[in-house]
Amino acid sequence: MTSATRVQRPGALWAAPALLFFGLFGLAPIVIVAGLSFTTWKGLGTPEWAGLANWQALPSDKLVGSGILITLSLTVLTWATQTPLALAFGAWAAGPQRVRAVVSTIFFLPLLLSTAAIALIWQALLDPNFGVPAQWAELTGLSANVLGDPDLALWAIVFVLLWQFLPFHMLLYQAAAKQIPASLYEAAEIDGAGPVQRFWRITVPQLRHTIIASSVLILVGSMTYFETVLLLTGGGPGTATRILPLHMYLKGFSAFEMGYASAIAVLLVVIGTGLSLLVVRVSGYSQMTSEREGAS
Amino acid sequence: MRRITRPHMLGSALVALALGLTTACGTAGPGTEEDAAGVEVWVVEDATVNQVVQTAVEAYSESAGIEGELVTYANDAYKQRIQVALGSPEAPDVFFNWGGGNLAEYVNAKQVVDLTDALESNPEFRDAFLPSVLDVAKIDDRYYGVPMQGVLPVVLFYNKKIFDEVGVEPPTTYDELLKLVDTFKKEGITPIVLPGAQAWTELMWLEYLVDRVGGADVFQAIADGEEGAWKDPAVIKALEMCQELVERGAFGNNFSSLTSDNGSASTVLASGKGAMYLMGTWELSNQIENNPDFVADGHLGFTAFPALEDGEGDPKAIVGNPSNYFSVNADSAHIKESIDFLVQHMASEEYVEDLIEIGHVPAVAGIEDKLAETEHAEFTTFTYQLVSEAPTFTQSWDQAIPPAAAETMLTNLQMVFLGDMTPEEFAEAMEATQ
Repeated sequence: MTSATRVQRPGALWAAPALLFFGLFGLAPIVIVAGLSFTTWKGLGTPEWAGLANWQALPSDKLVGSGILITLSLTVLTWATQTPLALAFGAWAAGPQRVRAVVSTIFFLPLLLSTAAIALIWQALLDPNFGVPAQWAELTGLSANVLGDPDLALWAIVFVLLWQFLPFHMLLYQAAAKQIPASLYEAAEIDGAGPVQRFWRITVPQLRHTIIASSVLILVGSMTYFETVLLLTGGGPGTATRILPLHMYLKGFSAFEMGYASAIAVLLVVIGTGLSLLVVRVSGYSQMTSEREGAS
Repeated sequence: MRRITRPHMLGSALVALALGLTTACGTAGPGTEEDAAGVEVWVVEDATVNQVVQTAVEAYSESAGIEGELVTYANDAYKQRIQVALGSPEAPDVFFNWGGGNLAEYVNAKQVVDLTDALESNPEFRDAFLPSVLDVAKIDDRYYGVPMQGVLPVVLFYNKKIFDEVGVEPPTTYDELLKLVDTFKKEGITPIVLPGAQAWTELMWLEYLVDRVGGADVFQAIADGEEGAWKDPAVIKALEMCQELVERGAFGNNFSSLTSDNGSASTVLASGKGAMYLMGTWELSNQIENNPDFVADGHLGFTAFPALEDGEGDPKAIVGNPSNYFSVNADSAHIKESIDFLVQHMASEEYVEDLIEIGHVPAVAGIEDKLAETEHAEFTTFTYQLVSEAPTFTQSWDQAIPPAAAETMLTNLQMVFLGDMTPEEFAEAMEATQ
């Protein structure tokens, strides 16, 4: 995003630590995993060359296909729930009133908790006998079987992720909304625009770059929701919530088929990279410039 | 004790990541000091058992004049750690394992010392152990491990208070069990607690039902990798019985959400929301931890899995985790000393007494009198009799078959209990893993 025409650029040496880390912990494992995907390895002894066997097994593994589908559903659902709510709450929290500042501070609390803690808390809260569902089942007669119902489990995960990540995206929108010049709202008010119109015609267009940035984070981040799913449902009931990263983990560290798990890992890298390239392309993220007033 | 034999997944993600990094970078991980200097023993972390083993290691190193070192790993990390370490210079001399299919993997990779000769030349040592338990470390008629802690069979727990209130007796036959299911359902009590969020608890039902329907040979054939073994009529029948139990409402409506990890399932039984609970004997320590009053008031009942009238299986046969085992690494620089350590200490009076003291039921013959003096004598004596009278002690299937097949089995079994997969489809899918 910074100007590319700057004359004096810092020497390559400045980038060395970052490059070294990226190479060692980013690139090297990817290369090694790609190599492992052509082997059979139980984690015991040395990997044996298996040629394309792992890759040929991928298409016939029904759980890979359903895993991709569930992963994508999760991506879409998290985006569709988090973006509008974060935008609305963020714009609300950006207001100057003191009570809003206090309430939003409380609202940011989930940001301080680790993912594992959040997952375990919600697992307990959703317990069919002692949790919230047990209460509402008594009141309404609805099923208390949330995490164990193939149709509900994914929604439960979407909800927990929403609870966990909403504050972060809200923070982004709040900060961006505060940057919108008050003069725009004043002018609109003089022209007779109501609060709803002001929101749709000023706030939302002014926040479009933030919407894109937050969406990219949600979409790419959805590839890493692994631990929430692992701890909440373990991919169950059955295979109803077995997202692709979890399938990779179970194949690698439960079934000890490291070669096959590596093939899934490479597939994940390809999907993840493809997804972020697509988003950057479509959104014009790379051509974005400053969003301060009058600049764009 | 309670989860020692049951690797569960919580937290494994981090370990997996850490392991992935260390192996991926080709480094050997944190170095262990002075590799060849003494006998190194690897064991899964368990405060009380570790203490007992530590005492034995110290006693051995004193008498043999060789340094002994005990290294402990968290349960979840251990299986992955040992899998990677064996065959590398980092490997220990003596290592903890689950016997059965888990041990067979290491044996097939030629990483384990054959202990048969050592056992034969020390018959008193060999005969000290209950045969059904020792046999789990037998692979292709050779012994590769010796039991190092107590037995953990699966038994039927029940809530005595609820049984008294309803005025019924614990089931001795499967028909009685079915009648009890209907009775408790009418009372608005979940007849059987089943933490179906974890497929291995559902597996216990399949294990017992297959054993009762067709006998222990049915699973033995599966474990031996025989063709068509999964399609045995007994397996299909047992799976159908599982589905019938679900349909009958035996497990209530919410079993697929219920988990045992946070003590929730144990509390369902203790609170009287559920009447019966099929679980490993480690459930006793779960209950002592989660619901101490329930145990103290004597409301925790236990009985053997009911007999099946028209089944071929022996009603005295049991399933569960026979024990955990110590085996010797084939690449060890101290094979002789390692074997000496096992022979001198694993059945010694001190070791057995120490195990009993921490509440275990060691897999050793003739300890009735000692068990009768323990705090939970009724339960330990019951467990001991169950195991010593059992003609066969089938190891938990997920430990007995190779890990890749076990992973598929657990996933598919959950589908069977949900009604999303038929018994035939299950058998077909499992046959493909043989």
